[in-house]
Amino acid sequence: MAMTQAILQAGRNEMAGSVLRADEPRIRIRDVTLSYGALQIIGGISIDIAPGESICVIGPSGCGKTTLLRMLAGLARPTSGAVELDGSVLGGPDRSVAIVFQDYGKALLPWRTAAGNVSLALEARGCPAKERPAIIRELLEKIGLGRHADKYPSEMSGGMQQRLQIARCLAQEPKVLLMDEPFGALDAMTRQALQDEVLSLVATTGATMVFVTHDLEEAIYLGDRIVCLQPNPGRVGRMVDVRLARPRDQLVTREDPEFLRLRRELYDLIKDDHQ
Amino acid sequence: MKAVLRNSWRAALLPVAVILVAQIAATVTQLESDSLASPLAIVSAFFSILADGSLMRATQDTLMAAFCGCVLGVCAGSLLGVVLGLFRLADDLLDLTIELLRPVPVVALIPVVMMLLGFGARMEIVIIALGLLWPSVVLARAAVKDVEPRLMEVSAVLQLRFSARLTKIVLPAILPQLFMSLKLAAGYALVVAVTVEITANPFGLGYGIMMAQQALRPAEMFAYLIWIGAIGWLVSLMLDAVQRRFFPAFSRGETR
Repeated sequence: MAMTQAILQAGRNEMAGSVLRADEPRIRIRDVTLSYGALQIIGGISIDIAPGESICVIGPSGCGKTTLLRMLAGLARPTSGAVELDGSVLGGPDRSVAIVFQDYGKALLPWRTAAGNVSLALEARGCPAKERPAIIRELLEKIGLGRHADKYPSEMSGGMQQRLQIARCLAQEPKVLLMDEPFGALDAMTRQALQDEVLSLVATTGATMVFVTHDLEEAIYLGDRIVCLQPNPGRVGRMVDVRLARPRDQLVTREDPEFLRLRRELYDLIKDDHQ
Repeated sequence: MKAVLRNSWRAALLPVAVILVAQIAATVTQLESDSLASPLAIVSAFFSILADGSLMRATQDTLMAAFCGCVLGVCAGSLLGVVLGLFRLADDLLDLTIELLRPVPVVALIPVVMMLLGFGARMEIVIIALGLLWPSVVLARAAVKDVEPRLMEVSAVLQLRFSARLTKIVLPAILPQLFMSLKLAAGYALVVAVTVEITANPFGLGYGIMMAQQALRPAEMFAYLIWIGAIGWLVSLMLDAVQRRFFPAFSRGETR
Protein backbone atom coordinates (compact mmCIF):
# COMPACT_ATOMS: atom_id res chain seq x y z
CA MET A 1 0.00 0.00 0.00
CA ALA A 2 2.68 2.44 1.06
CA MET A 3 4.75 1.22 -1.87
CA THR A 4 2.09 1.93 -4.47
CA GLN A 5 1.48 5.32 -2.92
CA ALA A 6 5.16 6.13 -3.14
CA ILE A 7 5.19 5.19 -6.82
CA LEU A 8 2.03 7.19 -7.45
CA GLN A 9 3.68 10.03 -5.60
CA ALA A 10 6.80 9.91 -7.73
CA GLY A 11 4.62 9.93 -10.86
CA ARG A 12 2.74 12.92 -9.63
CA ASN A 13 5.93 14.81 -8.87
CA GLU A 14 7.20 14.12 -12.38
CA MET A 15 3.96 15.34 -13.85
CA ALA A 16 4.07 18.47 -11.73
CA GLY A 17 7.66 19.00 -12.83
CA SER A 18 6.81 18.81 -16.51
CA VAL A 19 3.91 21.21 -16.13
CA LEU A 20 6.00 23.72 -14.24
CA ARG A 21 9.09 23.58 -16.39
CA ALA A 22 7.98 26.73 -18.17
CA ASP A 23 8.23 28.84 -15.02
CA GLU A 24 10.48 27.78 -12.16
CA PRO A 25 8.75 26.71 -8.94
CA ARG A 26 8.76 29.38 -6.26
CA ILE A 27 9.55 26.77 -3.65
CA ARG A 28 11.19 23.44 -4.29
CA ILE A 29 11.34 21.06 -1.36
CA ARG A 30 14.02 18.59 -2.38
CA ASP A 31 13.97 15.25 -0.57
CA VAL A 32 14.06 16.92 2.82
CA THR A 33 14.57 14.95 6.02
CA LEU A 34 14.90 16.14 9.59
CA SER A 35 16.04 14.15 12.61
CA TYR A 36 16.61 14.99 16.25
CA GLY A 37 19.26 12.47 17.23
CA ALA A 38 17.88 9.04 16.41
CA LEU A 39 14.32 10.34 16.08
CA GLN A 40 13.35 11.05 12.51
CA ILE A 41 10.63 13.71 12.33
CA ILE A 42 10.55 14.24 8.56
CA GLY A 43 11.47 11.38 6.28
CA GLY A 44 12.05 12.52 2.73
CA ILE A 45 9.53 15.08 1.49
CA SER A 46 9.64 16.50 -2.05
CA ILE A 47 7.14 19.10 -3.21
CA ASP A 48 7.30 21.78 -5.90
CA ILE A 49 5.15 24.83 -5.37
CA ALA A 50 4.44 27.18 -8.27
CA PRO A 51 4.36 30.97 -7.85
CA GLY A 52 0.95 32.12 -6.69
CA GLU A 53 -0.13 28.60 -5.76
CA SER A 54 -1.91 27.90 -2.49
CA ILE A 55 -0.96 24.65 -0.82
CA CYS A 56 -2.69 23.33 2.26
CA VAL A 57 -0.93 20.78 4.44
CA ILE A 58 -3.03 18.42 6.50
CA GLY A 59 -2.30 15.31 8.48
CA PRO A 60 -2.67 13.78 11.92
CA SER A 61 -0.89 15.47 14.82
CA GLY A 62 2.79 14.56 15.02
CA CYS A 63 3.15 14.15 11.27
CA GLY A 64 5.57 17.08 11.01
CA LYS A 65 3.24 19.71 9.51
CA THR A 66 4.62 22.50 11.65
CA THR A 67 8.21 21.26 11.33
CA LEU A 68 7.87 21.32 7.56
CA LEU A 69 6.59 24.88 7.72
CA ARG A 70 9.43 25.92 10.02
CA MET A 71 11.89 24.57 7.49
CA LEU A 72 10.22 26.63 4.77
CA ALA A 73 10.57 29.67 7.04
CA GLY A 74 14.26 28.94 7.56
CA LEU A 75 13.68 28.47 11.31
CA ALA A 76 14.64 24.80 11.18
CA ARG A 77 17.39 23.30 9.10
CA PRO A 78 16.83 20.06 7.19
CA THR A 79 19.15 17.22 8.18
CA SER A 80 19.45 16.30 4.52
CA GLY A 81 17.96 17.64 1.33
CA ALA A 82 17.20 21.31 0.84
CA VAL A 83 14.50 23.89 0.48
CA GLU A 84 14.95 26.14 -2.53
CA LEU A 85 13.39 29.55 -2.94
CA ASP A 86 13.40 30.77 -6.54
CA GLY A 87 16.14 28.32 -7.39
CA SER A 88 18.56 29.13 -4.57
CA VAL A 89 18.93 27.10 -1.39
CA LEU A 90 17.32 28.64 1.69
CA GLY A 91 20.06 28.90 4.34
CA GLY A 92 18.00 30.64 7.02
CA PRO A 93 15.11 33.02 7.51
CA ASP A 94 14.39 35.29 4.57
CA ARG A 95 12.30 38.45 4.66
CA SER A 96 10.48 37.45 1.51
CA VAL A 97 9.06 34.44 3.37
CA ALA A 98 6.57 35.53 6.03
CA ILE A 99 5.11 33.23 8.65
CA VAL A 100 1.92 33.65 10.63
CA PHE A 101 2.15 31.74 13.90
CA GLN A 102 -0.81 30.15 15.59
CA ASP A 103 -0.08 31.75 18.98
CA TYR A 104 -0.66 35.34 17.89
CA GLY A 105 -0.52 36.48 21.52
CA LYS A 106 3.15 35.54 21.76
CA ALA A 107 4.16 36.69 18.29
CA LEU A 108 3.16 40.35 18.77
CA LEU A 109 5.20 42.95 20.66
CA PRO A 110 3.01 43.75 23.68
CA TRP A 111 4.71 47.14 24.18
CA ARG A 112 3.87 48.38 20.69
CA THR A 113 0.49 49.46 19.35
CA ALA A 114 -1.07 47.82 16.30
CA ALA A 115 0.59 50.45 14.12
CA GLY A 116 3.90 49.90 15.90
CA ASN A 117 3.74 46.16 15.37
CA VAL A 118 3.22 46.59 11.64
CA SER A 119 5.97 49.18 11.64
CA LEU A 120 8.47 46.60 12.92
CA ALA A 121 8.38 44.77 9.58
CA LEU A 122 8.78 48.06 7.70
CA GLU A 123 11.72 49.05 9.90
CA ALA A 124 13.24 45.64 9.24
CA ARG A 125 13.22 46.12 5.49
CA GLY A 126 14.59 49.64 5.76
CA CYS A 127 11.45 51.48 4.73
CA PRO A 128 12.02 55.24 5.28
CA ALA A 129 10.26 56.61 8.38
CA LYS A 130 8.33 59.16 6.30
CA GLU A 131 6.66 56.51 4.18
CA ARG A 132 5.73 54.18 7.03
CA PRO A 133 2.52 55.84 8.35
CA ALA A 134 0.78 55.70 4.97
CA ILE A 135 1.73 52.04 4.40
CA ILE A 136 0.68 51.10 7.94
CA ARG A 137 -2.66 52.85 7.51
CA GLU A 138 -3.27 51.09 4.22
CA LEU A 139 -2.37 47.66 5.60
CA LEU A 140 -4.46 48.02 8.74
CA GLU A 141 -7.34 49.30 6.61
CA LYS A 142 -7.00 46.31 4.30
CA ILE A 143 -7.14 43.79 7.13
CA GLY A 144 -10.00 45.56 8.92
CA LEU A 145 -8.08 47.17 11.77
CA GLY A 146 -8.25 50.73 10.43
CA ARG A 147 -9.88 52.09 13.56
CA HIS A 148 -7.61 50.22 15.97
CA ALA A 149 -4.17 51.51 14.98
CA ASP A 150 -3.47 52.92 18.45
CA LYS A 151 -4.59 49.88 20.42
CA TYR A 152 -2.16 47.58 22.14
CA PRO A 153 -2.41 43.82 21.48
CA SER A 154 -3.67 43.30 25.04
CA GLU A 155 -6.65 45.52 24.20
CA MET A 156 -7.61 43.42 21.16
CA SER A 157 -9.63 40.23 20.71
CA GLY A 158 -7.95 37.08 19.45
CA GLY A 159 -9.30 37.61 15.95
CA MET A 160 -7.99 41.18 15.87
CA GLN A 161 -4.58 40.07 17.12
CA GLN A 162 -4.35 37.45 14.39
CA ARG A 163 -5.38 40.06 11.81
CA LEU A 164 -2.60 42.24 13.14
CA GLN A 165 -0.06 39.48 12.78
CA ILE A 166 -1.20 38.95 9.18
CA ALA A 167 -0.88 42.70 8.55
CA ARG A 168 2.69 42.62 9.85
CA CYS A 169 3.49 39.70 7.56
CA LEU A 170 2.03 41.59 4.60
CA ALA A 171 4.25 44.55 5.51
CA GLN A 172 7.20 42.30 4.69
CA GLU A 173 5.84 42.22 1.11
CA PRO A 174 6.41 38.46 1.11
CA LYS A 175 6.62 36.28 -1.95
CA VAL A 176 5.65 33.35 0.24
CA LEU A 177 3.13 33.42 3.05
CA LEU A 178 3.39 30.54 5.51
CA MET A 179 0.53 29.97 7.91
CA ASP A 180 0.73 27.59 10.85
CA GLU A 181 -2.83 26.71 11.88
CA PRO A 182 -3.48 30.44 12.09
CA PHE A 183 -7.19 30.22 12.87
CA GLY A 184 -7.16 27.14 15.10
CA ALA A 185 -7.79 29.13 18.26
CA LEU A 186 -10.52 31.38 16.83
CA ASP A 187 -14.29 30.97 16.90
CA ALA A 188 -16.08 29.68 13.79
CA MET A 189 -17.44 33.02 12.54
CA THR A 190 -14.13 34.84 12.92
CA ARG A 191 -12.38 31.93 11.26
CA GLN A 192 -14.61 32.07 8.18
CA ALA A 193 -14.21 35.84 7.88
CA LEU A 194 -10.43 35.51 8.08
CA GLN A 195 -10.40 32.65 5.57
CA ASP A 196 -12.10 34.91 3.04
CA GLU A 197 -9.72 37.75 3.80
CA VAL A 198 -6.70 35.52 3.35
CA LEU A 199 -8.12 34.32 0.02
CA SER A 200 -8.56 37.86 -1.23
CA LEU A 201 -5.12 38.92 0.06
CA VAL A 202 -3.46 36.02 -1.69
CA ALA A 203 -5.42 36.80 -4.86
CA THR A 204 -4.47 40.50 -4.85
CA THR A 205 -0.82 40.13 -3.81
CA GLY A 206 -0.14 37.03 -5.89
CA ALA A 207 1.73 35.53 -2.95
CA THR A 208 2.42 31.83 -2.76
CA MET A 209 0.79 30.34 0.32
CA VAL A 210 1.53 27.27 2.38
CA PHE A 211 -1.23 26.80 4.91
CA VAL A 212 -1.02 24.20 7.66
CA THR A 213 -4.29 23.18 9.22
CA HIS A 214 -5.97 20.22 10.88
CA ASP A 215 -9.35 21.32 9.51
CA LEU A 216 -10.10 19.38 6.29
CA GLU A 217 -12.79 21.78 5.12
CA GLU A 218 -10.51 24.75 5.65
CA ALA A 219 -7.84 23.03 3.57
CA ILE A 220 -10.26 22.36 0.71
CA TYR A 221 -11.73 25.85 0.90
CA LEU A 222 -8.37 27.63 0.73
CA GLY A 223 -6.11 25.36 -1.31
CA ASP A 224 -5.24 24.74 -4.94
CA ARG A 225 -3.61 21.56 -3.80
CA ILE A 226 -3.70 19.61 -0.57
CA VAL A 227 -0.72 17.73 0.78
CA CYS A 228 -1.66 14.94 3.18
CA LEU A 229 1.22 14.03 5.44
CA GLN A 230 1.59 10.68 7.17
CA PRO A 231 3.39 10.33 10.49
CA ASN A 232 6.40 8.37 11.79
CA PRO A 233 8.36 9.78 10.07
CA GLY A 234 6.48 12.63 8.39
CA ARG A 235 6.15 12.03 4.64
CA VAL A 236 3.75 12.86 1.84
CA GLY A 237 0.94 10.33 1.86
CA ARG A 238 -1.06 11.82 -0.94
CA MET A 239 -1.42 14.96 -2.98
CA VAL A 240 -4.89 16.05 -4.00
CA ASP A 241 -5.72 18.78 -6.51
CA VAL A 242 -8.63 21.01 -5.62
CA ARG A 243 -10.58 21.95 -8.74
CA LEU A 244 -13.04 24.41 -7.27
CA ALA A 245 -13.87 27.72 -8.92
CA ARG A 246 -12.40 30.96 -7.58
CA PRO A 247 -13.33 33.28 -6.04
CA ARG A 248 -14.65 30.91 -3.43
CA ASP A 249 -17.71 31.51 -1.35
CA GLN A 250 -18.43 30.20 2.12
CA LEU A 251 -21.88 28.91 1.14
CA VAL A 252 -21.64 28.11 -2.57
CA THR A 253 -18.21 26.51 -2.48
CA ARG A 254 -18.95 24.43 0.58
CA GLU A 255 -22.12 23.05 -1.08
CA ASP A 256 -20.32 22.21 -4.33
CA PRO A 257 -20.47 18.43 -4.99
CA GLU A 258 -16.73 18.48 -5.70
CA PHE A 259 -16.13 20.03 -2.25
CA LEU A 260 -18.18 17.27 -0.63
CA ARG A 261 -16.41 14.60 -2.66
CA LEU A 262 -12.99 15.95 -1.63
CA ARG A 263 -14.05 16.11 1.98
CA ARG A 264 -15.08 12.48 1.85
CA GLU A 265 -11.84 11.49 0.14
CA LEU A 266 -9.61 13.33 2.61
CA TYR A 267 -11.62 12.14 5.55
CA ASP A 268 -11.12 8.51 4.53
CA LEU A 269 -7.42 9.17 4.01
CA ILE A 270 -6.86 10.74 7.43
CA LYS A 271 -9.00 8.07 9.08
CA ASP A 272 -6.79 5.35 7.59
CA ASP A 273 -3.72 7.09 9.04
CA HIS A 274 -5.22 7.12 12.48
CA GLN A 275 -5.86 3.38 12.48
CA MET B 1 -2.57 54.40 46.35
CA LYS B 2 -6.04 55.22 47.65
CA ALA B 3 -6.20 51.90 49.41
CA VAL B 4 -2.87 52.67 51.05
CA LEU B 5 -4.21 55.95 52.40
CA ARG B 6 -7.48 54.43 53.54
CA ASN B 7 -5.63 51.82 55.54
CA SER B 8 -2.81 54.08 56.68
CA TRP B 9 -4.38 54.92 60.05
CA ARG B 10 -4.45 51.23 60.88
CA ALA B 11 -0.85 50.84 59.75
CA ALA B 12 0.15 53.86 61.89
CA LEU B 13 -1.43 52.43 65.04
CA LEU B 14 1.52 50.30 66.13
CA PRO B 15 4.34 52.85 65.63
CA VAL B 16 2.33 55.60 67.34
CA ALA B 17 1.55 53.30 70.26
CA VAL B 18 5.22 52.30 70.62
CA ILE B 19 6.31 55.95 70.65
CA LEU B 20 3.66 56.86 73.23
CA VAL B 21 4.59 53.97 75.52
CA ALA B 22 8.29 54.79 75.19
CA GLN B 23 7.68 58.44 76.04
CA ILE B 24 5.47 57.57 79.02
CA ALA B 25 8.00 55.03 80.27
CA ALA B 26 10.85 57.54 79.88
CA THR B 27 8.92 60.24 81.71
CA VAL B 28 7.81 57.95 84.52
CA THR B 29 11.28 56.49 85.10
CA GLN B 30 12.97 59.88 84.47
CA LEU B 31 15.26 58.17 82.01
CA GLU B 32 18.95 59.09 82.29
CA SER B 33 20.87 56.65 80.08
CA ASP B 34 23.96 56.33 77.87
CA SER B 35 22.20 53.88 75.56
CA LEU B 36 18.51 54.85 75.46
CA ALA B 37 16.68 58.09 74.84
CA SER B 38 13.07 59.28 75.08
CA PRO B 39 11.20 60.08 71.88
CA LEU B 40 11.09 63.77 72.78
CA ALA B 41 14.86 63.83 73.32
CA ILE B 42 15.33 62.11 69.96
CA VAL B 43 13.15 64.73 68.25
CA SER B 44 15.08 67.56 69.82
CA ALA B 45 18.41 65.92 68.88
CA PHE B 46 17.10 65.55 65.33
CA PHE B 47 16.36 69.25 65.11
CA SER B 48 19.71 70.23 66.52
CA ILE B 49 21.68 68.14 63.96
CA LEU B 50 19.33 69.44 61.30
CA ALA B 51 19.98 73.04 62.39
CA ASP B 52 23.78 72.79 62.43
CA GLY B 53 23.74 71.31 58.90
CA SER B 54 25.53 68.09 59.82
CA LEU B 55 22.49 65.89 59.07
CA MET B 56 21.92 67.31 55.61
CA ARG B 57 25.61 67.06 54.71
CA ALA B 58 25.75 63.45 55.88
CA THR B 59 22.52 62.64 54.04
CA GLN B 60 23.83 64.18 50.87
CA ASP B 61 27.12 62.24 51.11
CA THR B 62 25.40 58.92 51.74
CA LEU B 63 22.72 59.34 49.09
CA MET B 64 25.24 60.52 46.53
CA ALA B 65 27.47 57.50 47.13
CA ALA B 66 24.50 55.12 47.16
CA PHE B 67 23.09 56.63 43.97
CA CYS B 68 26.37 56.56 42.05
CA GLY B 69 27.20 53.05 43.25
CA CYS B 70 23.70 51.87 42.42
CA VAL B 71 23.70 53.28 38.90
CA LEU B 72 27.21 52.05 38.24
CA GLY B 73 26.61 48.55 39.62
CA VAL B 74 23.20 48.01 38.04
CA CYS B 75 24.28 49.36 34.65
CA ALA B 76 27.48 47.33 34.50
CA GLY B 77 25.77 44.24 35.89
CA SER B 78 22.76 44.47 33.59
CA LEU B 79 25.00 45.00 30.57
CA LEU B 80 27.03 41.93 31.42
CA GLY B 81 23.84 40.00 32.19
CA VAL B 82 22.35 40.88 28.79
CA VAL B 83 25.53 39.74 27.04
CA LEU B 84 25.52 36.48 28.99
CA GLY B 85 21.83 35.98 28.26
CA LEU B 86 22.31 36.53 24.53
CA PHE B 87 25.54 34.63 23.96
CA ARG B 88 25.72 31.05 25.09
CA LEU B 89 29.50 31.03 24.68
CA ALA B 90 30.05 33.99 27.02
CA ASP B 91 27.73 32.39 29.54
CA ASP B 92 29.62 29.09 29.42
CA LEU B 93 32.95 30.90 29.79
CA LEU B 94 31.94 33.07 32.75
CA ASP B 95 29.36 30.99 34.58
CA LEU B 96 31.77 29.30 36.98
CA THR B 97 33.68 32.52 37.67
CA ILE B 98 30.48 34.35 38.52
CA GLU B 99 29.23 31.57 40.76
CA LEU B 100 32.56 31.69 42.62
CA LEU B 101 32.60 35.47 43.02
CA ARG B 102 28.91 35.87 43.84
CA PRO B 103 28.94 34.46 47.38
CA VAL B 104 31.83 36.72 48.53
CA PRO B 105 30.14 39.09 51.01
CA VAL B 106 30.51 42.65 49.83
CA VAL B 107 31.60 43.70 53.33
CA ALA B 108 34.66 41.51 52.88
CA LEU B 109 35.69 43.77 50.02
CA ILE B 110 35.92 46.85 52.26
CA PRO B 111 39.57 46.29 53.35
CA VAL B 112 40.63 45.40 49.80
CA VAL B 113 39.04 48.39 48.15
CA MET B 114 40.17 50.65 50.98
CA MET B 115 43.77 49.57 50.40
CA LEU B 116 43.44 50.42 46.72
CA LEU B 117 41.47 53.66 46.92
CA GLY B 118 41.83 54.94 50.48
CA PHE B 119 38.96 56.66 52.30
CA GLY B 120 36.34 58.74 50.61
CA ALA B 121 33.37 58.69 48.30
CA ARG B 122 35.17 56.85 45.51
CA MET B 123 35.92 53.80 47.63
CA GLU B 124 32.35 53.68 48.94
CA ILE B 125 30.88 53.95 45.43
CA VAL B 126 33.10 51.13 44.18
CA ILE B 127 32.09 48.83 47.05
CA ILE B 128 28.39 49.53 46.51
CA ALA B 129 28.76 48.94 42.78
CA LEU B 130 30.59 45.66 43.38
CA GLY B 131 27.89 44.59 45.81
CA LEU B 132 25.16 45.22 43.24
CA LEU B 133 27.05 43.85 40.27
CA TRP B 134 26.36 40.13 40.63
CA PRO B 135 22.70 40.33 41.57
CA SER B 136 22.16 42.60 38.54
CA VAL B 137 24.04 40.19 36.29
CA VAL B 138 21.93 37.26 37.43
CA LEU B 139 18.60 39.12 37.11
CA ALA B 140 19.38 40.56 33.67
CA ARG B 141 20.64 37.22 32.39
CA ALA B 142 17.49 35.46 33.58
CA ALA B 143 15.32 38.20 32.04
CA VAL B 144 17.00 37.86 28.64
CA LYS B 145 16.67 34.08 28.71
CA ASP B 146 13.00 34.59 29.56
CA VAL B 147 12.23 36.67 26.48
CA GLU B 148 9.42 34.96 24.56
CA PRO B 149 11.18 32.65 22.05
CA ARG B 150 8.43 33.38 19.54
CA LEU B 151 9.53 37.03 19.50
CA MET B 152 13.10 35.97 18.79
CA GLU B 153 11.75 33.91 15.88
CA VAL B 154 9.81 36.91 14.62
CA SER B 155 12.98 38.97 14.69
CA ALA B 156 14.83 36.17 12.89
CA VAL B 157 12.18 35.94 10.17
CA LEU B 158 12.32 39.73 9.74
CA GLN B 159 16.11 39.42 9.52
CA LEU B 160 16.59 42.17 12.07
CA ARG B 161 20.22 43.16 12.54
CA PHE B 162 21.75 42.44 15.93
CA SER B 163 21.48 46.07 17.06
CA ALA B 164 17.83 46.25 16.03
CA ARG B 165 17.11 42.93 17.70
CA LEU B 166 18.64 44.30 20.89
CA THR B 167 16.91 47.69 20.90
CA LYS B 168 13.56 46.67 19.44
CA ILE B 169 12.97 43.24 20.94
CA VAL B 170 15.26 42.31 23.83
CA LEU B 171 15.59 45.59 25.72
CA PRO B 172 11.89 46.53 25.65
CA ALA B 173 11.03 42.99 26.68
CA ILE B 174 13.31 43.01 29.72
CA LEU B 175 12.82 46.66 30.73
CA PRO B 176 10.30 45.86 33.50
CA GLN B 177 12.69 43.28 34.98
CA LEU B 178 15.60 45.71 34.73
CA PHE B 179 13.61 48.30 36.63
CA MET B 180 12.68 45.68 39.21
CA SER B 181 16.37 44.94 39.58
CA LEU B 182 17.10 48.67 40.02
CA LYS B 183 14.41 48.89 42.71
CA LEU B 184 15.89 46.02 44.70
CA ALA B 185 19.36 47.46 44.18
CA ALA B 186 18.41 50.90 45.54
CA GLY B 187 17.46 49.47 48.92
CA TYR B 188 20.56 47.31 49.01
CA ALA B 189 22.79 50.24 47.99
CA LEU B 190 21.66 52.20 51.04
CA VAL B 191 22.40 49.24 53.31
CA VAL B 192 25.91 48.82 51.89
CA ALA B 193 26.58 52.58 52.01
CA VAL B 194 25.72 52.82 55.71
CA THR B 195 27.67 49.63 56.44
CA VAL B 196 30.78 51.00 54.76
CA GLU B 197 30.42 54.27 56.65
CA ILE B 198 29.98 52.52 59.99
CA THR B 199 32.91 50.15 59.51
CA ALA B 200 35.41 52.29 57.63
CA ASN B 201 34.54 55.52 55.90
CA PRO B 202 34.57 58.77 57.96
CA PHE B 203 31.67 60.00 55.94
CA GLY B 204 27.88 60.16 55.70
CA LEU B 205 25.02 58.93 57.87
CA GLY B 206 26.72 55.74 59.02
CA TYR B 207 29.65 57.74 60.33
CA GLY B 208 27.20 60.11 62.02
CA ILE B 209 25.55 57.24 63.86
CA MET B 210 28.97 55.89 64.91
CA MET B 211 30.12 59.24 66.20
CA ALA B 212 26.92 59.77 68.19
CA GLN B 213 27.31 56.33 69.75
CA GLN B 214 30.95 56.88 70.63
CA ALA B 215 30.18 60.29 72.11
CA LEU B 216 27.48 58.63 74.24
CA ARG B 217 24.71 60.70 72.72
CA PRO B 218 21.92 58.11 72.35
CA ALA B 219 19.28 60.64 71.33
CA GLU B 220 21.39 61.74 68.36
CA MET B 221 22.17 58.12 67.50
CA PHE B 222 18.48 57.21 67.38
CA ALA B 223 17.74 60.38 65.40
CA TYR B 224 20.22 59.21 62.74
CA LEU B 225 18.82 55.68 62.82
CA ILE B 226 15.22 56.77 62.32
CA TRP B 227 16.30 59.22 59.62
CA ILE B 228 18.08 56.43 57.71
CA GLY B 229 14.95 54.29 57.92
CA ALA B 230 12.82 57.19 56.68
CA ILE B 231 15.11 57.79 53.71
CA GLY B 232 15.03 54.13 52.71
CA TRP B 233 11.25 54.17 52.94
CA LEU B 234 10.96 57.34 50.84
CA VAL B 235 13.28 55.97 48.15
CA SER B 236 11.28 52.77 47.86
CA LEU B 237 7.96 54.70 47.77
CA MET B 238 9.34 56.84 44.97
CA LEU B 239 10.52 53.87 42.93
CA ASP B 240 7.19 52.10 43.50
CA ALA B 241 5.40 55.14 42.10
CA VAL B 242 7.68 55.20 39.06
CA GLN B 243 7.11 51.48 38.52
CA ARG B 244 3.34 51.87 38.74
CA ARG B 245 3.48 54.70 36.26
CA PHE B 246 5.67 53.02 33.63
CA PHE B 247 5.16 49.30 34.16
CA PRO B 248 1.59 49.03 35.46
CA ALA B 249 1.13 45.44 34.37
CA PHE B 250 4.36 44.41 36.03
CA SER B 251 3.64 45.96 39.44
CA ARG B 252 0.18 44.39 39.37
CA GLY B 253 1.76 41.03 38.70
CA GLU B 254 4.14 41.57 41.58
CA THR B 255 1.46 42.12 44.20
CA ARG B 256 -0.77 39.35 42.95
